[in-house]
Amino acid sequence: MSYFIALIILALIAVVALQIGRVSELSAQIRGEEEAELQNNNSTGGWMVIFGVLFLIATVWSAVYYKDVMLGYGPWEASSEHGKEVDSLFNVTLLFTGIVFIATQWLTFYYSFKYRGKKNGKALFLAHDTKLELIWTAIPAVVMAFLVVKGLVVWNNTMLDLDEDEQAINIEATGYQFAWDIRYPGADNVIGHKDFRLIDMAVNPLGVDYTDDASLDDIILAGSDKIVLPVDTTVRVKITSKDVLHNFYLPHFRVKMDAVPGLPTYFIFKPTKTTAQMREELRAYPEWNEPYDPTDPEGPKKWESFNYELACAELCGKGHYSMRRIVEIVDRDTYKQWLKGLKSTYLANIRGTDADPNKGKRLLPFEIKARQTELTKEISAAVKADSSNADAKIIRFKNVYYETGSSNLEADSYYELDYAATLLNKYPDIQLEVAGHTDNVGDPAANRALSLQRATSVMNRLIEKGVSAARLKSAGYGDASPIDSNDTEEGKANNRRTELRVISQ
Amino acid sequence: MIQTESKYQADVLIEEQGFDDHFHDHHHGDKYQTGFIGHYVFSMDHKVIARQFLITGMIWAIIGAAMSVIFRLQLGFPEENLLWIKPLLGKWIEVTDGVGKLSPEFYYALVTMHGTILVFFVLTAGLSGTFSNLLIPLQIGARDMASPFLNMLSYWFFFLAGIIMFYSLFLNTGPFSGGWTAYPPLSALPQASTGSASGMTLWLVSLTLFVVSVLLGGINYITTVLNLRTKGMSLFRMPLTIWAFFVTAILGLLSFPVLASGFFMLIFDRSLGTSFYLSDIFIGGQALDRVGGSPILYQHLFWFLGHPEVYIIILPAMGIVSEVLAVHSRKPIFGYRAMVFSILAIGFLSFIVWAHHMFMSGVNPFISNFFVFFTLIIAIPSAVKVFNWITTLYGGNIRLNTAMLFAIGFISMFISGGLTGIFLGNSSIDIQMHDTYFVVAHFHIVMGVAAFFGMFAGIYHWYPKMYGRFMNETIGKVHFWGTMLCAYLIFWPMHYIGMAGVPRRYYSFDTFDAFKQFSDMNKFITVAAIVAFFVQLLFVLNFFYSIWKGKKMTKQNPYDATTLEWTTPIEPIHGNWPGKIPSVHRWAYDYNKDQREYVPQYIPLEEGEVGDH
Repeated sequence: MSYFIALIILALIAVVALQIGRVSELSAQIRGEEEAELQNNNSTGGWMVIFGVLFLIATVWSAVYYKDVMLGYGPWEASSEHGKEVDSLFNVTLLFTGIVFIATQWLTFYYSFKYRGKKNGKALFLAHDTKLELIWTAIPAVVMAFLVVKGLVVWNNTMLDLDEDEQAINIEATGYQFAWDIRYPGADNVIGHKDFRLIDMAVNPLGVDYTDDASLDDIILAGSDKIVLPVDTTVRVKITSKDVLHNFYLPHFRVKMDAVPGLPTYFIFKPTKTTAQMREELRAYPEWNEPYDPTDPEGPKKWESFNYELACAELCGKGHYSMRRIVEIVDRDTYKQWLKGLKSTYLANIRGTDADPNKGKRLLPFEIKARQTELTKEISAAVKADSSNADAKIIRFKNVYYETGSSNLEADSYYELDYAATLLNKYPDIQLEVAGHTDNVGDPAANRALSLQRATSVMNRLIEKGVSAARLKSAGYGDASPIDSNDTEEGKANNRRTELRVISQ
Repeated sequence: MIQTESKYQADVLIEEQGFDDHFHDHHHGDKYQTGFIGHYVFSMDHKVIARQFLITGMIWAIIGAAMSVIFRLQLGFPEENLLWIKPLLGKWIEVTDGVGKLSPEFYYALVTMHGTILVFFVLTAGLSGTFSNLLIPLQIGARDMASPFLNMLSYWFFFLAGIIMFYSLFLNTGPFSGGWTAYPPLSALPQASTGSASGMTLWLVSLTLFVVSVLLGGINYITTVLNLRTKGMSLFRMPLTIWAFFVTAILGLLSFPVLASGFFMLIFDRSLGTSFYLSDIFIGGQALDRVGGSPILYQHLFWFLGHPEVYIIILPAMGIVSEVLAVHSRKPIFGYRAMVFSILAIGFLSFIVWAHHMFMSGVNPFISNFFVFFTLIIAIPSAVKVFNWITTLYGGNIRLNTAMLFAIGFISMFISGGLTGIFLGNSSIDIQMHDTYFVVAHFHIVMGVAAFFGMFAGIYHWYPKMYGRFMNETIGKVHFWGTMLCAYLIFWPMHYIGMAGVPRRYYSFDTFDAFKQFSDMNKFITVAAIVAFFVQLLFVLNFFYSIWKGKKMTKQNPYDATTLEWTTPIEPIHGNWPGKIPSVHRWAYDYNKDQREYVPQYIPLEEGEVGDH
């Protein structure tokens, strides 16, 4: 019924419009066509100039009124280094185009009024004017040349990839329907290889290739975690997609780049303002002092709830409008702290599971490397330590393995032992004892014997690797000096150990 | 002073001076226009085909505009109950607790169809198809197109394309919903979106037929302009309309086949298991074994058409506006040759700027340097055209009728929309502006509204030539002011939304703190869009009412214009001129020259007079 009424109303409006049109046509015929045309020129010309004036006032007024959403003004100043250049180019362009806009719009409407047809009016025969045409070809040419040069300088500074010696934090963003996955590179600052064929939604949703050493320390943020980045530090985002096109868009940082399946892209930017600083700045604007949630007037204000956001800017399907993640910019120390709190996705979720291609390998290259660094520090500290502090003189091996019930070393032990030998050769003056310990299971005498045999195996390996035999001796302590409780399995494992003790310099 | 108003004079002069092509000598009955079907349906007469293109375009314009009203409701009033459109949209209105909401899938389908329909069916076929057909033979002094049969096929391929696209609206999985640019992999994989199932297949079939239509039309326009100009009509005596249609047809002929090849590869990827555009994709729980392609290849092929396409849309409008401005200012168009060279320069440059749509798509940033350079060069011929139009107004004796108002409105729109192009063409600014509402505002003003203004100027101006009657001026003025005002009220605020970084093609802005601040402005825009829609219905009403009831055209040359279409009889006939065809002695813009109010092209030169400029 209501549709029917709506149709009737529309039809009535149509009839009224046609009647008005008809009447005005007839009245024009009565007045005489020419007279009517002249009258129309006067009134319509008047409306043209009024429209022109109001239009120009409205455009300029609205630009001033909305300046807070214009690039480079107030709260909408870019929060990245290159972004400021983009903003400045925008405003230079705005200046030039603004002048042209006002001048040409005004002339269009004003001339329509001024040169409206008049009785016995006569138009000018003006077919061309070479000088004038040259001038108005040359002026835009010069302005455009300026804008092209300035634009391309900004563009190439922003878009060119990093030189090899340039430092940057590498992160990776992967878009998919309809969210982003963010991967951090871990200690090596290298993002490991991935392959879409390895994707397994349950355990490896990004398809990370864990046979690539660089992948092993990488960190994939959980779905809702903030993307944390340090201020004043160059960030290189590698941008990839799992399914269709997406676009990695950080509006506050003037960052935007398509995510293309099969073709990784990148964007390099340097944040210049932390989230906290930004909030503090926004506090000065009245519109940011309204409550964030209008239904909760006592709740946090808008400026307090401000966050940098990551969005998708390339149509990717029905959930395109919902691919949000929060980006938090913090100072460098906070960033380091935050990073320390993250655990490698491999170690946390993959290591030792069926999905681990390294399953069965006891030691991985990055672990060996990490242990080597650690061992260097430990030996150096033990050498320097005061001899009254007995504990400080002890270096505990972490990756020395024996065959079960035997004193024969397994091959995996050599990584640590061989490296220890190299280090010890740097301190040719010190004397060392290799000490074996066991837990309290079994006969104490047998334990002592086994621990001595094992210590001797280690000593022999060190000698084999060039440490002078005169500097070393071995000792077996059995279960006599535990460092942990023997009541738990974990404690027992800690008590079964091989140590190196600096005994004199 | 030569009296030129009289019909008698013009006809006598043409009989005396005209060129006898013996057209009427061997008339064995009019085999092309026998009966209703031959005359009105499968017509080969360019004037009828022009009207077929126009009315079909108008129907599509109403459908496309109605779609925009529906998705604007979602953007402006997302909380509103849309249950009342359920009878029309059916399952695409999702009802929870008695409240109907537009589904996101169909929102994207509407956005996609709106773009496809407006760009291809309305502003390409409806604009260029109408006026190239109507004006090329009439203004160059030809009996008809070079091949009336291909011309007829051109319309019917367009019609068929329209039928298929229309059918796709009613599919269970909905019409295509991946944006009018149809970027793969979204458009290539049915798993990626429901609209990429059968909807996309029909979209591709429809647009492939559309390409055929454009090519048949284009070949005809080019051949006709090159071969069928009457005696004396040298290239530099042609009205600017003809120059514009001619260059438009060349652009179409060179660029649409590239689009077709892009479509074919997409069809192969969809149906034959190839991977031109696919690589490294994991979707719907499985990794596709289709590797080695590049989605960016499609973008290159698409925009190699896509950019010339915006000039295919705007050049005819420019030509029409140049003509209307000159006739109603009673002045020669200022800088005729500069205008011609600008059209040629814009046409040429349009082929080497396509990648400015792709600055942020992952192409090598180094390549963008060239595209920025060439893109911003286009500002120069465009600026020259604007200055020339304004100077055409200067010193005129302007008749401010509806056609002229739309022509003047076109200048205003072209300035507003053209200047924002200078922002977007500079890749550095495009980093921020790409795919935001700033882009939406830019292209809607410069190639949407401006092209429509050119089209309206043309319709109001040549309506008497099409139907022998005038459209109502009063309703026309309401139409103009309503459209002008609403167009700016809709699109001007979008610049600010875009500057604030709000991306286009968002179903809802509420997910993001940064984007949800404009809900009032979005309401405002939606209201303006609804008003604009009803104002256009007023135009449609005026159009159809005037066909039968409009003021009759009593003079052969009602505007005192110089061009040849106003020398044909008021009652249009097959072959356009009853006797000889007029021969041409001068350019098309002798207005207010040497004490003569206007001098039509068929008037011979007086002693010492120069016929060209």
